[in-house]
Amino acid sequence: MMRALDGGIRLIGHMVGNGVWRLGSASRFMTQVAARSAMAFRRPRLLLDEVFFSGVLSLIIIIISGLFVGLVLGLQGYETLKRYGSAEALGTLVALSLVRELGPVVSALLFASRAGSAMTAKLGLMKSNEQLSAMEMMAVDPFARVISPMFWGGFLSMPLLAAIFSAMGVFGGYLIGVVILGVDSGAFWSQMQANVDLRYDIVNGVIKSVVFGAAVTAIALFEGYDSPPTAEGVSHAVTRTVVTSALAVLALDFVLTSFMFTGL
Amino acid sequence: MSRTAVDLWVGIFVTAGLVALLVLALKVGNASSVNETDGYRVMAEFDNVGGLKVRSPVKGAGIVVGRVDNIVYDSKKGVGRVTFLIDKRHEFPTDTIASILTAGLLGEQYVGLDIGGEEKMLKDGDTMKMTQSAVVLEKIIGQFLYSKAAEGSGKKE
Repeated sequence: MMRALDGGIRLIGHMVGNGVWRLGSASRFMTQVAARSAMAFRRPRLLLDEVFFSGVLSLIIIIISGLFVGLVLGLQGYETLKRYGSAEALGTLVALSLVRELGPVVSALLFASRAGSAMTAKLGLMKSNEQLSAMEMMAVDPFARVISPMFWGGFLSMPLLAAIFSAMGVFGGYLIGVVILGVDSGAFWSQMQANVDLRYDIVNGVIKSVVFGAAVTAIALFEGYDSPPTAEGVSHAVTRTVVTSALAVLALDFVLTSFMFTGL
Repeated sequence: MSRTAVDLWVGIFVTAGLVALLVLALKVGNASSVNETDGYRVMAEFDNVGGLKVRSPVKGAGIVVGRVDNIVYDSKKGVGRVTFLIDKRHEFPTDTIASILTAGLLGEQYVGLDIGGEEKMLKDGDTMKMTQSAVVLEKIIGQFLYSKAAEGSGKKE
């Protein structure tokens, strides 16, 4: 009994200590990335490759998911609004839920699983193949050459992906609502425009997507850089990237929403 | 500088992203909300502000001309002091009546401005003299019941 209790307390202590330790090394890692970011912008070719890797390659999944999320929102929203005789408010419902919440959050989750996992795997494999050490041997700074461009590529791609997701979603809602279910097209757009504010709704949505992009990319890169240089270590690191960034996105979303949208 | 397929794809991606942002800004949202810089503030005191909120629309002849900027309780007078931020393109005479109205039966509340005939126009920091408070449904029902009861007792005599 005492022994089990002792072991439990030790385990908790170990986990807490380990977590604080990792947080510290993650902070040091991010400081190093930030310090080398000038190098990333001085070599646009590297940055462009990373935007291609994390942005362009995620485009298809973002477009298709955005379209389907919009279609479902259109169908469900129409069914509910029709009961209150206000099907014309469908445009407002679709646009607000996409721009404020679903656009940034769902595209960040997709970005984490599509691009974040790939970043972790790439860095983890580079580490286990000792490519990063080889770079250091040749006096090439891996932070300036590999990690910082990856971070800024992800950071720049994410807001654009979220915007594409939201725009596709609105288009999907339009397809279902106006083209198929016969909501009046003029009412759909005018209600949407009357109730979606540029600064309050859209700019806040963009701010959210910037924050999520930074968080997901930072988590993915740190997990890759920190992974044990074995096949199992890399695979665990990829799993942790997806789990941690999904939780981080949802937690950050709650915090940001409570700051942004509850101002009286 | 040699051009590659990656450049093209990144170009397409960035263009698509910016176009999506532009569509959201212009087609989905309204960029016409009053800026801090090109509006002026006017105050009004209401006995009851009802469900009025910060950012509720201020309408003149049914058209949005501004937004509610701030609502505070004035404990000395026991009234709600509401500040409106009005687009500077629109001017209102000093005897404008501000009333709190409801859009539809259950809709959101907004401020309606009915203009008067005064020559002088409202300036930044002015207070409107004439206001009409929000209608509280319970009070109306109460008055209605009271008048019905008075009618009934009158018939008996």
